[in-house]
Amino acid sequence: MSHSHDHDHTDPPSELELRVKALESLLVEKGLVDPAALDVLIDTYEHKVGPRNGAKVVAKAWSDPAYKAWLMEDATEAIASLGFTGRQGEHMKVVENTPECHNVVVCTLCSCYPWPVLGLPPVWYKAAPYRSRVVADPRGVLGEFGTELPEEVEVRVWDSTAEMRYLVLPQRPDGTEGWTAEQLETLVTRNAMIGVETAKSPAEADAG
Amino acid sequence: MNGGHDLGGMHGLGPIDPEPEAEEPVFHAEWERRAFALNLASGFLGKWNIDQGRYARERQHPADYLRNSYYENWLAGLETLLVESGLVTAEELATGLPAGKAEGLRVLLADKVEGALAKGGPATMDIPMAARFSVGDKIRVVNINPTSHTRAPRYARGKIGTVELDHGVHIFADRSAEGLKEGQHLYSVAFGAATLWGDGANRRDTVRIDLWEPHLEPVE
Repeated sequence: MSHSHDHDHTDPPSELELRVKALESLLVEKGLVDPAALDVLIDTYEHKVGPRNGAKVVAKAWSDPAYKAWLMEDATEAIASLGFTGRQGEHMKVVENTPECHNVVVCTLCSCYPWPVLGLPPVWYKAAPYRSRVVADPRGVLGEFGTELPEEVEVRVWDSTAEMRYLVLPQRPDGTEGWTAEQLETLVTRNAMIGVETAKSPAEADAG
Repeated sequence: MNGGHDLGGMHGLGPIDPEPEAEEPVFHAEWERRAFALNLASGFLGKWNIDQGRYARERQHPADYLRNSYYENWLAGLETLLVESGLVTAEELATGLPAGKAEGLRVLLADKVEGALAKGGPATMDIPMAARFSVGDKIRVVNINPTSHTRAPRYARGKIGTVELDHGVHIFADRSAEGLKEGQHLYSVAFGAATLWGDGANRRDTVRIDLWEPHLEPVE
């Protein structure tokens, strides 16, 4: 997929870098922030919390019917049982894709996203094109991710306008009978848990 | 407010153009890392809540909001919040020179980060409150156009939908942005795509929006 536009995440003008540095220095000197805490915050979301957490939730739901029932009934608690809790995941709801209904999540007003299971959102999720278009033209947006759905499937868009956070449970791919949860995890992408793609097939996973 | 942030249904903003998932880094520049962490760490000082944080970003000129990258908007919002809360003066911000040290604040220390993130900030309120609406009820979103913060998006106002879920009593964001902690039932409301966007929309497709009770009125 081509990637051309550059206004969201290229190297900033040095003015911006300097502005952030100046603000950090000011806040540290005033005793408002601990620079070591900033490093821990960055490390947490850059290296520790991310979509592999969500993939574990999905793979367990695919392979353990009792867990799936709990997850659909009380996602916050079921997800917490795997150790994923806290900021921006305080109130979780899992929505299940079926042959009749495909779910996709957005936050048209800002960038609400379930951090404990997916980490920080990708640039496109936070950017104006996705936020403006997926509620009005979900099939067109899914098409830009290579996801084509039959006319008769309901596309259900969840606009996260409050503190509820939504995680899509993708359909389990065909040809995975007898797979362990660890194997299934490899098929679960971040984009599938946002709902803009389906989970990988075994063949796609093999292709990398 | 009808600001540059309320994007549902807007045209002309271009293709999605996603970076391939496997190749996208969490941050794209060092300044993004620092701007992100400064926002979180400053927020833990407790001088503003999440809704006041959102409102600070929304109050930028719409042209600025749309032109800025994501973390530039966070940075702009943080500067607004720091000055409005009195933690930093406009002069300190402009010069970068501290006029004095902060006192009596609980600063987030490195060894407290993990616990603070794990605790989060629940938005539910454990108070008895009768729900005005039940699952299955038809409602209309009120036609409001406040210049203050609201989480009722423009594209849903005046539209008729069906209550699908009652999430219980949550802090009402519209008042929370004014610093008030008011509980209201929060509902997931389903709208037909054709109701929102007209006859060109797929008639099976729906949009679910989380709306608080004051956003809704009964439909006879």
